[in-house]
Amino acid sequence: MNSYEWLQTIGFFAVLLLLVKPLGSFMARVYQGERTLLSPVLVPCENVLYRICGVNQDEEMNWKRYTIAMLLFNLILFVALFAMLMLQHLLPLNPQKFPAFTWQLALNTAISFVTNTNWQAYGGEQAASYFTQMVGLAVHNFISAATGMAIAIALIRGFVRRRTELLGNFWVDLTRTTLYILLPIAFIAATLLVSQGVIQNFNAYKAIPLVQSTSYNKPRLDAKGSPLKDAAGTPLTESVTVNAVTIPMGPVASQEAIKELGTNGGGFFNANSAHPYENPTPLSNMLEILLILLIPGALTYTFGVMVGNTRQGWMLLGVMLFILIASFGVLQWAESSGNPLVAKLGVGSINMEGKDVRFGLAGSSLFAVATTGTSCGAVNTMHDSLTPIGGLIPLSLILLGEIIFGGVGSGLYTMLAFAIIAVFVSGLMIGRTPEYLGKKVEVREMWMSILVILTAGVTVLILSGIAMLTPQAVASMANPGAHGLSEVLYALASMANNNGSAFAGLNANVNFYNLFGSLAMTLGRYVPAIAVLAMAGSLAEKKYVPPSLGTLPTDKAPFALWLTLVILIVGALTFFPALALGPIVEQLTMLGGT
Amino acid sequence: MRDIKPAILLFIAVTIICGGIYPAVVTGIAQAIFPKLANGSLIISKSGKEIGSSLIGQPFSDPKYFWPRPSAATDFAYNPLGSSGSNSGPTNPDYLKTVADRVKAIRDTAVTSTIPADLMQASASGLDPHISPESALLQVPRIAKVRGISDEQLRTLVLDRIEDRNFGFLGTPRVNVLALNLELDKVGR
Repeated sequence: MNSYEWLQTIGFFAVLLLLVKPLGSFMARVYQGERTLLSPVLVPCENVLYRICGVNQDEEMNWKRYTIAMLLFNLILFVALFAMLMLQHLLPLNPQKFPAFTWQLALNTAISFVTNTNWQAYGGEQAASYFTQMVGLAVHNFISAATGMAIAIALIRGFVRRRTELLGNFWVDLTRTTLYILLPIAFIAATLLVSQGVIQNFNAYKAIPLVQSTSYNKPRLDAKGSPLKDAAGTPLTESVTVNAVTIPMGPVASQEAIKELGTNGGGFFNANSAHPYENPTPLSNMLEILLILLIPGALTYTFGVMVGNTRQGWMLLGVMLFILIASFGVLQWAESSGNPLVAKLGVGSINMEGKDVRFGLAGSSLFAVATTGTSCGAVNTMHDSLTPIGGLIPLSLILLGEIIFGGVGSGLYTMLAFAIIAVFVSGLMIGRTPEYLGKKVEVREMWMSILVILTAGVTVLILSGIAMLTPQAVASMANPGAHGLSEVLYALASMANNNGSAFAGLNANVNFYNLFGSLAMTLGRYVPAIAVLAMAGSLAEKKYVPPSLGTLPTDKAPFALWLTLVILIVGALTFFPALALGPIVEQLTMLGGT
Repeated sequence: MRDIKPAILLFIAVTIICGGIYPAVVTGIAQAIFPKLANGSLIISKSGKEIGSSLIGQPFSDPKYFWPRPSAATDFAYNPLGSSGSNSGPTNPDYLKTVADRVKAIRDTAVTSTIPADLMQASASGLDPHISPESALLQVPRIAKVRGISDEQLRTLVLDRIEDRNFGFLGTPRVNVLALNLELDKVGR
C-alpha cells in the first residue's frame, strides 16, 4: 500500500469508529422508547400509522407471537414481490417494456430480497422496470433490514429482562427501525450520492451516438431464438456495426443508499456498485463502504447500552474489527502481488482484472471485505477475478457465518450465538456453570446457538455436494478446474448465508441454482431467526445471576481473544476441506505457472 | 391471528413511504440541486446534442484516439445496457490467451516498456470511463505520430486532464478517456 492508501484506510476506520457511539446510543434510545431528536416529527407519524394499522403499541408479545408476526409479515412480503415480478409487464413505470420474470427466477428473486440476501440471477438494466426496482426491491431492502434489527433487539431484551415472557412488540420495533433509523440515514446518504454523480430520475433510457463506431459479431438466431450453427457445429454470426448506444437511467441513488445501509446489496445495474452510475467517485465509494458497516458496527454499542455495560459491546466490535482488518490486509496483499501468469506477459504486476480504476486497489479491497464480512453482497470488484487467495478472503468471510459486522441485526444475533458457544466451551474447560450477561446458559440456549451457527454451513456443504453430482450445476461454471468449484461453493455459501455477492461468471439463472438457492436462502435466514427468538424467550424467563468469582468476565480482552479463536476454529473445521479443493489448489497452480 | 391486519396494513404503509414518498422526495431534491448529475452527467456538444456521459466509457480502437481499458460488457465493449466484468478466473487458459493477445496489440504500436495492468485487464463495470495516467502517457507517441502533433503538446494535454484523488487522498489519479478524445478532436487531427 502506498501512503495515500494507508491514509484512506486509517481515515475510513477512524470515521466509522467515531460514528459508532452516537448512532449506537441513538438506536438504543429509539428501541427503549425514549425521546430523541426526531421524536417531535416522528412520534405523531408513528401514532397515526399505529392507529390506521391497528397496532396497540403498549401491548408486548411473547417469543411465539413475535416469531409468528415476523414470519407472517415476511410471507406477505414474499407473496407481494413474487406477484409483482410475475406481473411486471402489466405494471406502470416500465419505459423499456420489460416482460415478466419466469416463475423460477421470480421465486428466487422474491426470496432473495425478502431474506436480505439480494442474490441476483438477472441483470437489473435488462430485466427490471423502475416500478419493480423502486416499489418492489427497494422497499424490501428497508423491510428485510428492519426485520433483522427487530430480531436482534428482541434477543437483547431477552438478556436484559428477568422473569417475563415478553420481548417487545414486533410491529413497533419494525416501524421505529424504518422511520427513525433507516429512512433518515438513507435520505441523507442518497442526497450525498447524487452529489457525486449517482443518477436519480425517471427518464427513459438515452440513445447516445458513439464518437467512434464499433462492431461486433452477433450470433444468428433461428425463428425460435436458438443459435444457428453450421455443419461443423460452430455458431453462425453476423457482423453488426454500432453507431449509437443506449444508456440506462432510473431512480438509482434512493435505492443505492438503502442497498448499502440495510446490508442488502442488490444492484440497480448488473455490475452493481462497480457501475459508474451507482458508484461514480472514490468519495462515493468510501461513503458506500461506510454505509455497509455503519449499522452493524453501531448496533454493538446499542447492545452495550441496553445490557448496561458498553464494554460488552466494544468487546464484540473489537473482535469484528480485528478479523475484518486482518482480512483486508491479506486481500490487499494478494491483489497487489497480482497474478504471476499475467505479469509474465509483460504487464504491470497488480491485479486489475474486474476492478475499476477510480477506486484504486485499497478502495476495491476494502469494499470486498466489508461487503462479505457483512451480509451485504454489493460489489465494486468482480470477486470471480480476484487472485485465488484474494478470492478466498470474501468466501471465508461469508462462510464464517456473516458475523464480521454481519447483516444489520443478523450479524449481532449470530455473533451473540458465537459468544454463548464460547462461554459454554470455556465453562466446560474450567468446570464452571456457564453464564453470559447474568443469564445461565443451559441446554435450550446451546441447542438454539448451535442451530444459529451451523444451519448455513451444513446447508452449504450438502448442497455443494449435490451440485457436484448435477450436470446442470456443473455446466454453469464459467472457469475450468479448481476455480469452477470455487464458483459453485461461493454461490451456495452466498445464498445460504444471505450475502448475495457471487463469483459471477457462474450462470446462476438455471433451475438448479434458482430452486436449491431459494431453499438455501430460506433455511439460512429463518432457521437462525426462529432459533434466536426462541432463545430470547427462554433467556427472558430466567432470573438474573449476579457475577461471582467463577464467572468468566465477557467484557475483557482475554474473552475477545477466546471468542476470535472459537469463531476461527468452528469456521476452519467446517470448511477447510472444501476450501483446500478450491482456492488453495488454484493458488498453488497459479504459483506453479501451469 | 390478530396480527394479520397489522401485517397487511403495515406492509402497504411501508411500501407507500419507502417505495413512493422516499424516492419521490430524493428525486425532487436531486433534480432541484444537482440536475446535471442526477440525469447522468451527460456531455452536451456545442450544437446542444447529447454526445456521451462523462461517467460511461466508450469504445475506441482507432490509432488516432486514446484506447480505453478492455471491456467485458455484454454483446460489445462498452455496451451501457450490458454492464459486466469478465469474471475470468486468474488461471483460466482462455483468459490468459486474451491478455496475451492484448499485449501483442499494444506491442505492435512500438511499446516496449511494462504495460500498466489497467490497460490490459478488463474493468469490473465494463464501462470504466478512466485509465491510469501511465496508461494514457504510454499511448502518446502513437497518437502524436498519427495526428502529426508533437509528443510534448500531447503529454501536456494528458497531464492537464488528470483527475486527482478526492480530497487529495481517496482513490487514484485517473484520466477520462472520452473527455480526452473529445479534446483531441478539438485540437485537430
